This record gives sequence, structure tokens and C-alpha cells, in this order.
Amino acid sequence: MNLAERIRDALMYAVVELDEDVLGRIAWARTQEEQLGGGSTGSTASRAVLDAILKNLEIAKEKRLPMCQDTGLFLVFVDVGKESTLPLGKIEEAIHHGCLAAVEASYYRRSVVEEPVFARKNTKNNMPPAIYYNVVEGSDVTIQILLKGFGSENCSSVRMLNPTGGAEAVIKAVGEIVTLAGGKPCPPIFIGVGLGGTMDRAAYLSKRALLRDVRVAHSDGQYRQLEEDILAHVQTLGIGSGGMGGVITALSVAIEAEPTHIAGMPLAVSINCWADRKAKVVYKEGEDA
Amino acid sequence: MRNLKLPLSREDIASLSAYEQVMLSGKLYVGRDQVHRLLFGMIEGNEQLPIDLKGATIYYMGPSPAPEGMVIGACGPTTSARMDPFSPTLLDRGLAVMIGKGPRSQAVCEAIVRNKALYLQAFGGCGALYAQAVKKVTPIAFGELGPEALIELEVEDFPVIVAIDSRGGSVFSR
Repeated sequence: MNLAERIRDALMYAVVELDEDVLGRIAWARTQEEQLGGGSTGSTASRAVLDAILKNLEIAKEKRLPMCQDTGLFLVFVDVGKESTLPLGKIEEAIHHGCLAAVEASYYRRSVVEEPVFARKNTKNNMPPAIYYNVVEGSDVTIQILLKGFGSENCSSVRMLNPTGGAEAVIKAVGEIVTLAGGKPCPPIFIGVGLGGTMDRAAYLSKRALLRDVRVAHSDGQYRQLEEDILAHVQTLGIGSGGMGGVITALSVAIEAEPTHIAGMPLAVSINCWADRKAKVVYKEGEDA
Repeated sequence: MRNLKLPLSREDIASLSAYEQVMLSGKLYVGRDQVHRLLFGMIEGNEQLPIDLKGATIYYMGPSPAPEGMVIGACGPTTSARMDPFSPTLLDRGLAVMIGKGPRSQAVCEAIVRNKALYLQAFGGCGALYAQAVKKVTPIAFGELGPEALIELEVEDFPVIVAIDSRGGSVFSR
């Protein structure tokens, strides 16, 4: 199979089935609502929402139907190894062909318009994908794709925080952004947090954070603690599944951070719905391109 | 769990309370962002609407394409808040029931109470689940909008939760 075909297959799977890490968190939320929420109206309604989600996933899998009608915008992250001999043009072509083939084969909704303000004419094929390139060590080319739904994307946000604010300011700001989102982004949600860089770099990092396996915490102890503290704070907001109340609002928090300027602490929060759909293809040197 | 027929009667609407789970069967209209913008413009311009809003139900949704052998693809609700600028005007013109997901503005809540209307929440992201409940799809207007067109659905056992009832009781007010 060539690279485009591998991308197509990964996208055909991702629109129908969730990865194990994501499924595990949804099951965890269901258990938590049962154990901690008890008979409260909010928790009872939240459990009905989670049960509908689980049933929906079964039907999608059985019928090979997209789990959600918003099959998202293709958000593509390409990590190109310094030693890779695969030309960038070839990579981009494979991404375009792979995405297009998946749209046709898996009944993706045509959700992309040509320009944002005026006629908003539908491109009728979900193209183009948004692609980020990044240079890394080694010779592999790793292509990761988020199917980014917009109910949740509309709730994502950037804040330029005070450099002296510390962890407390970060937790407070994420809490405010999630509160404002409320029941809109199809909670329970996944939260990607980008910290540092510039306004745009923080936004980019917040999306990269969503790519991480949700079972894996940050490698740095302080940031791992911050992920836990944000998650604990968000659960106190009482939004719950479907915004119905309940004890679980978020399924995970992942942070990506990088160097920044002395005068700033850029923060971006990317919110993803429970349908956290991700595809990953690793191309190794010498494979069929 | 109550089973109710669409369109809902005034008595049905009055009898429902926030958090109640309901199975709907019958006909409803589907319209989202652009349909709301267009209907709103027609009302403002005193033009004839393509549908009668009196007692009508509107579901905020844009489906994915129907695979062979099915009448519709995935068809779960979209975020209702984007319809908030238009909904009070539609409610004042007789719209009785809205189906979507997520909280509504204060102005929409007031218009619901003023018109003894109803806001129901469908399960967000559950597109495959709702595809099972749709029996028939009829195009009505604005076909050029593609997945955003105004269509009519015939549904059977379409699950929802009462989110804002006709007295203003809401699952979102905490």
C-alpha cells in the first residue's frame, strides 16, 4: 500500500471508530457518574447522554457510518525526519489524495467552504486540509490527522496571560474558557492546552496536545501536576455530559509548552468533543510512497 | 420515558418538564445556520416563507451523505447557540419546538416562555444513533445549501431530553 492509501485507510477507520485510549476515558466517565454522581438529576441525565454515546459508537461500528455527522476539518501534523529523502511535494500529494479518497469512501460530510466571510461556497469535497510541517530527528515521516469538529472548535480560545501569573492563572483561565463553552462542545470534552511561544504558537501547541494518547501524562513533573490540577478544577464546574450537570465535564487535559518571551505567558485552549477522532501513519525510509 | 407524536400538541408541550426523556415519532423540519439567516430575512422583509412555522418543530442538523440502502447518513444535532439571534423571531411567528444541543441565550429562554414553546436536546455527536431513527427525507427549500438545506424528516423513536420547558425550567441553570 502506498502512503496515500494508508492515509485513506486510517481516515476511514478514524471517522467510524475511536481509539482505545479515548474509549477507555468515556467508559471511565460512565463509571464516575455512577459512583460519584449517584441519583442527582444532573448525573442521571449525564448517564443517559453517555449511554447514548456508547450505543452510537456500537451502531457506527456495525454500519460503518460516521459516528458524528460533523466529520470535521482535516487538521494534519507532519513531523518530517531530518534524514528523510521523501520530497515534501510527495508528502503533500499523498495527504491530499488520501483525504479525498476517505471523504468519498466513508461518506464524510462536505463541511468546508471556500472563504469565511462572503459567499461561503462549499468546496464539495472537504478540501483543503490544514497542514503543519515540523522538522524532527531521524528519518521517519509521521503524519497525524485530527478530524476537528467545529461545535467544539468554536469554543476554543487564546489568552495572553501575565508572565507572573503562574499555574494559578493558567488553571483559572482554562476554567473560564470551559465555563463559557458549557454544554456547547458536546461534553465530556478533551482539553488541549498550549503554553508559551507566541499567540499562534500557543494555539498550534494546544492542537498538538490533543494528539497525545490520553493515557500518557506530560513527561515533566510540574506540567504533569498542572494537567491534573486543571482537570480537577474543570470537574468542579458541574457542566457534565451534554451540559446536563454531573461530576465529569472533561475526560483529559494535555499540555504542550515551549519557550516564550519575558513579557508574556501565551495560553491557548483547544476543546475537543468526546468524539476525539485521530489518525496516524508513520512512513519509514524506503517504504512505498 | 414518554413516547410522543410530532407535531406536539399544546397540551403535550405544557406537560413536559426539564430533564424528562422523550421518544419522538412523526415529522419535523431540519434547518441550521443559513436556513435561519434566510428565514429571518424573509420574515423581516414580509416575504412568504417556504414552510408554515405554526406549531412546527425545527431540528438543528446537517447530515453526512446517505450510504447506499439508507435514507440519510449520520444526523446528530449541531450547537443551538448559533441560532440564538434568530430563534426569538421564529418563536414569535409560531415555531413550537426546537431540537439541538447546548445552552441557549436569555432572549431565547424568554421567547420560549412567552410563546409556551419547548427546547429539546438531542444527544450531541450521536450521528449514527439518529440515522437509525430517520425513516424518510423530503427536500423542502434552499437545496443549493447542500448539507445545510431545509429538509423534512419522518422519524420514529427519536430520543431527546427536555432541556428548556415551556415555563422556563432548564437543565442549564445551576
